[in-house]
Formats: sequence, C-alpha cells, structure tokens
Amino acid sequence: MTDPASKQTPIHAEHLALGAKMVPYAGWTMPVQYAGLVPEHKAVRSAAGLFDVSHMGEMFIEGTQAAQAIDALVTGDIPAMPVGKALYTVCCNERGTILDDLIVYRLGEERFLVVMNASNREKIAGHFAERVKPFGVTFEDASDRYALLALQGPKAVEIIAAAGADPVIPALTSFALTEAKVAGVNVIAARTGYTAEDGFELFCANEDAVTLWRALMKAGEAFGLLPAGLGARDTLRLEGRLSLYGNEIDETTNPLEAGLGWVVKLDKPGDFLGKDALKAIREAGLTRKIVGLQMTGRGIARHGYPLVLADAEPGSTPIGIVTSGSPAPSLDKNIGLGYLPAALSAIGTKVGVEIRGKVIEAEVVKTPFYKRVR
Amino acid sequence: MSKFPSDLKYTKDHEWAKLEGDLVRVGITSYAVEQLGDVTLVDLPKVGAKLAVHGQFGAIESVKAVSELFAPIAGEVVEINGALDANPELVNEGPHDKGWMIVLKPTGDLSELMDAAAYEALLDGLDH
Repeated sequence: MTDPASKQTPIHAEHLALGAKMVPYAGWTMPVQYAGLVPEHKAVRSAAGLFDVSHMGEMFIEGTQAAQAIDALVTGDIPAMPVGKALYTVCCNERGTILDDLIVYRLGEERFLVVMNASNREKIAGHFAERVKPFGVTFEDASDRYALLALQGPKAVEIIAAAGADPVIPALTSFALTEAKVAGVNVIAARTGYTAEDGFELFCANEDAVTLWRALMKAGEAFGLLPAGLGARDTLRLEGRLSLYGNEIDETTNPLEAGLGWVVKLDKPGDFLGKDALKAIREAGLTRKIVGLQMTGRGIARHGYPLVLADAEPGSTPIGIVTSGSPAPSLDKNIGLGYLPAALSAIGTKVGVEIRGKVIEAEVVKTPFYKRVR
Repeated sequence: MSKFPSDLKYTKDHEWAKLEGDLVRVGITSYAVEQLGDVTLVDLPKVGAKLAVHGQFGAIESVKAVSELFAPIAGEVVEINGALDANPELVNEGPHDKGWMIVLKPTGDLSELMDAAAYEALLDGLDH
C-alpha cells in the first residue's frame, strides 16, 4: 500500500500500467523493477532502458555571477565550463566531506541547471539558496515542476531520433546539452547518464512527462527498449564504478578517499567551501581509499558487510567496510566497492568479507568493472 | 486450482515441507521466490547440522536481496541439494520440486505446519 505522504512522479500511472513493483525511496514512490532487474540491466547494455528519475532535484541559478556563485560551492571549475556542457562535481562542507554529488549543466553564459540527488534535495537546495545570495543571482528550486527521464543504452541515439527528436539531440557529443524538442515536447537534453552506457537525460515540465515517456517507449519498441527501475539502475552504476550518495560518499567521506580526486580542482582560480580542508588532506595523505572488490570465494558482499584481513577469524576487528556490493549481471561475478586502509588498497590485495559469520575471500581489482565498447 | 501443491505443508516464513516416510524435504515457496527475483546464490548448512524449529539454516540471495532460510521443524540435516551450488536458478524454475534445499530427519513435531489452503489464505491477507 502506498504511503499517502509519499510523492509520485508524473509517470506514476504508466508504471502501474506496466506492472512495475513500486517501492518507497527518498520520500517518493518509485519503480524498482518491471520485467525484472536482470532483464532490465541486460537490456540497457544491449539495447536500451528508459528510467523515470523525476525524483531527482533541479535548481536553476541565473545572473552575471552565476558561474562564480556555483564555483564557490563545488570542487569543479565552473567558470571554465563551455556553454552547452555538463560537469560532474561534488559539493563539500568546510571539513572537505561531501554534501552531495551533482551534475552542473551550463545552459548559457549566465544560466545554470544543477541536479542533485533526491535524498539530498532539501539539504542542497537550502545550502545553495543561502550561499548564492551574496552573488546577486536568481535561484529557483524547480524540482517540483520538472520531470527527468533517462534513456540509456547503445540504441539510445536511434530511439531518440525515431521518437522525433530535433536532430541537434542525437548529434550531441558526450556531456553536451541542448534545449530542443522530442516528440513536440520541450526538453533540456544532455548526453549524460548513470549507467556507463551511451544515452540521454531529458528534463521536461511535469505536464509533458507522460507524452515524452510514451513517445520514447513507442519508438523504442522496435529496438528492444525496456522500462527500467531503480534496481537495475543500481547494478548498472556499480559495474561502472559510479558512486552512490549514502554508500561510497556521504558527510563522513572526502572526495579524495572516495576515488573522486579527479573532480577536485584545488588549483582552480576560485576559492570554494572545503578547499583548505581538502588541501590539508591531500598534503597529509589518505588513510583509507575506496577500492573495487571481486569475490574470489563463494559469497556476495553487500553494503555494510565488514572487511577483514584475508586470513582473519570471523568476529575480528574490521579493517574496512563494503559500501556497495551485489552480483554483476553483465559480468557473471560478484563485485563490490569498499573502504580499505590506504596501505592495503593495491590491486591484487586479498581481503576477507564477513558474511553471516563466515569470512569469504575477495580481491582488490581495477575499476570500472565494466567499460562500454565505443 | 491451488498454485501450491497439496502434498506439501507450509510455514508463515514461506517454506514448504514434504513428508517422505520418516524424512522431511524442505524448500521455499513460489511466493518467496517471486519476491526475490532471479536467485544467484543459496547458502546451505552441512549434512549433520542440527536445526531448531524456526532456526536459521541458511540464506538465499538474488541480485538485490538476501533472505534467511528458517527450519520449518526441528531436525538433523541428512541431505542437501548440491545442484543449487552451480545452478541456483533451479529454485526459480522449480521452487516446489527440483529447487528443494535440504532433507531433515525430524526430531520435533510437524503440527505447526499448515496445508495449501491455509497458506493461500495467509498470502491473501498479505497482498494489500
């Protein structure tokens, strides 16, 4: 039974009509699967999947100082962004730990869209609203009026073209964006995603969401498109070694230890919240690091399971923790991510995962676990 | 027609028990399997393990979830379904037959087990 306090996306009725299994997530009622996690995951890798991720949050920041305003709050270099490009970055607090991971989309010289995780919407919108004030920009939390669909997979380009997208959309290069139409619906279209496949993220007004969803589903039929839920979204992103807020990253982790050093531009011209703390952390060196794990023994590592030395007895003091883990449907292996002491984080290191009172062996491996053929 | 075989007994934890002479074969129901999705791993006890009624004897995992397995009756494990090691999908294919998990020599009584009709009634009460 749906919690009456839980929010529904504009696509809700479509999910029910498709027989989706709905679950509560971040205050929303979301589809976790339709045909099944494994078929949906595999469809995204071989054809395409369509995700309703309208629960995510969208902020618009506009004005002559918009780039500077955002730049002060994130680790990436925002003024250096070309118009029409997107940037993955993190927003830290003064301790250098992570408030959220974000994608910033530069719609114009003075116009930005910032997308935040559903679970952090209130926190980040409040943080930005307050902190951009000195820059004299306009700020809007537009989350409640925008829907977001993600079309992901090798057939995404053909499907979006078949759905009647303006040609500028399938022509987008990686991480580029444009404002155009699909099936008569105005969208902000970006060649971005969270699945380690090619694809598009499409932002549209709530009232257009069903039209857009149906147009993509119809066009996708001939290509093997499946509607895909949060279950497949998680296994796809894990294979691609993408972070999930609340697992690999949160307010106790800094981006350097989380393997996100590449998004931290300590040398960018602008100062930013957390810069001094991150500089100090970089100078001191990391005590722990996120690593990729592959089970070598028989078992599945999952979020929260302790990591111990490879020859440790069950109940030993943990040396780390699994942040995410599951079977990998595309790889026929059981994989995971976790924190280990920096000294024990080299590729090939064997560790133990404590699973229901037994220690099962795993190995530190290179990530991403999966990389799409380009 | 009942979708749960009438020659099996059931528990509220969605296990089934089949009386075979003085032994009892145990598995999980199609309802439990449906909740799990594609089974990727089944963790079974060793032969000789002694189980208490409702005691956890193992776990069954899908991509997304881990579910514990509970003994429907007290007893000693005399056989385990080794085929599930390489082929956990047998549980999805035949939850009430080829997906069986353990065979017990019961030490406790079987009276707490319910029949197919009672199990179906229990499920009707759940699906809201």
